[in-house]
Amino acid sequence: MSSMLNTKVYLSEKVFQDDIEKVPTRNGYGEGLVLAGEKNKNVVVLCADLTESTRSEAFKIKFPDRFIEVGVAEQNMASLAAGMALAGKIPFISSYATFSPGRNNEQIRTTIAINNVNVKIAGAHAGISVGPDGATHQALEDMALMRVMPRMSVIYPCDAVEAKKATIAASQIEGPLYLRFARAGTPQFTTEQTPFQFGVAEVFFIGSDVTIVACGPLVYEALLAAQQLEKEGISVEVINNHTIKPLDKNTILESVKKTRALVTVEEHQVAGGMGSAVCEMLSQNFLVPVEMVGIKDRFGESGEPEELWNAFGLSHPHIVEAVKKVLKRK
Amino acid sequence: MQKQYSLKKLELKANEIRQDIIKMLVKAGSGHSAGPLGMADVFTALYFSVLNHDPKNPLWEERDRLILSNGHICPVRYAVMAESGYFPIKELDTLRKFGSRLQGHPERERLPGIETTSGPLGSGLSQAAGIAYVGKYLDKTNWRVYCAMSDGEQEAGQTWEAAMFAGKNKLDNLTAIIDRNNIQIDGFTEDIMPLEPLRAKYEAFNWQVLEVDGHNIEQIIDACNEAKAIHQKPTVIIAHTIPGKGVDFMENKFEWHGKPPTAEEAKIALQELRTLGGKISSEHE
Repeated sequence: MSSMLNTKVYLSEKVFQDDIEKVPTRNGYGEGLVLAGEKNKNVVVLCADLTESTRSEAFKIKFPDRFIEVGVAEQNMASLAAGMALAGKIPFISSYATFSPGRNNEQIRTTIAINNVNVKIAGAHAGISVGPDGATHQALEDMALMRVMPRMSVIYPCDAVEAKKATIAASQIEGPLYLRFARAGTPQFTTEQTPFQFGVAEVFFIGSDVTIVACGPLVYEALLAAQQLEKEGISVEVINNHTIKPLDKNTILESVKKTRALVTVEEHQVAGGMGSAVCEMLSQNFLVPVEMVGIKDRFGESGEPEELWNAFGLSHPHIVEAVKKVLKRK
Repeated sequence: MQKQYSLKKLELKANEIRQDIIKMLVKAGSGHSAGPLGMADVFTALYFSVLNHDPKNPLWEERDRLILSNGHICPVRYAVMAESGYFPIKELDTLRKFGSRLQGHPERERLPGIETTSGPLGSGLSQAAGIAYVGKYLDKTNWRVYCAMSDGEQEAGQTWEAAMFAGKNKLDNLTAIIDRNNIQIDGFTEDIMPLEPLRAKYEAFNWQVLEVDGHNIEQIIDACNEAKAIHQKPTVIIAHTIPGKGVDFMENKFEWHGKPPTAEEAKIALQELRTLGGKISSEHE
């Protein structure tokens, strides 16, 4: 059976062209903040000395009175935001994911999650594609930290346009929420028309032999893999699983019951990440062989983003390999 | 609005609060004794004189917000809340029990009026500063924010991140109160990690610093009023207290930081508190 792009999700016409535009997902966060701020005057943005690189700058320019610079103090930032939420605001806290939700994890647990307040945590520079900055700045554990926390929702958009939609959606969802963004420019392959609904995964590529559940910019690599495998006669279904928590059990189960084989793809430790979340769900519902593409219990290092994706086994050739491997186990 | 109580009445009330604390702790079978007893006068002053609040409407928009940073002394807050009418005094018996609104460390959603979840030290001042920032700059409100802290949590870095933020932003609607009782779980603060000169530290962070005898209710109320008149700076009141105040065998002993009295010890403690007879020094006796 053949496989193909799902035309109902209106991906860019350039999706498989070499000149597809590359935009960092953090840019979508910056645009989304301004739009969320226009829609709701209670939206405020806090930043810990990373205003430009987290793309909080645009909000600062547009709404200077609602932008709060806290300096290099991520723990204070989390709890300040908790206080502001208690006083009726919708604070977005911006930093790098290694620092927030990394350094301030306990403050997020106590003063945001147990407190149950409406704070949005935006972790920029997630993944090894941060590049030259090296291991200290490449967050690879943040989704695990956030998804195990009760009450916390987790969204990881696949490109800048989806990041914009996710940011606006976050401002409208009540309760603690984590948004994950990347530093490097990655293909802008969804469009304004592509559906985005919190908690609803979307099938981007329709197939029947194997399901790939991916998140973040690697969704694009999964599409490249699906396209290549199609030429080799292997029919792959690709799901963009942007909401890691709450997980869209129905969409994933429906696909896996059809294909009976799964590959998970993420730029994060395989331990505790998106793939783990999917496996936890499947192990209690429907058992199939699984291969997991992700970071295998190691830290990153300096390099160019693509170079690192290749070195750490995350690019489309590695996904192709994982698909072939899982097919043998079917 | 608050009824006005005489200082004499407030001192008697603080003594009742201490008895409530002993009774709660012995029923709970675990919890902290020294801190709650030491802060009984401060919390009595706050709930029965300083704070603008309405026990029948705990989430009243115009209320002053009191953030308790060192959540482990919550028995004193639960006791003053019950005594001022937030919930029945009988409910104090449920402290730390399964299903209780009176959690071992306070949890915001369980008890209206408790304001925040707290316990892990060092994060209360940040939350208080966040609320105060909204009050001063975003919503321009009339209410004030109070933050009760321990001295031990002055060792936490986050406390100083918050102090720096409040100083920078001139949060003059924020009054912090430090329970300077010189003890923490492992011993005396000046042995564990010296805090002095504490006053100079806060002054260096652009705070106004006031110091009071934390068992002199008149001084506590006066300092809170003085703080309201200070502009362009947050205020910290260093309240010098005696941990375990009012119960002879607990006073100044760090061993009583984190344990409750036994039934036998509680009996002695309650008798001592009931027959006070000038034990707590008062100019108004």
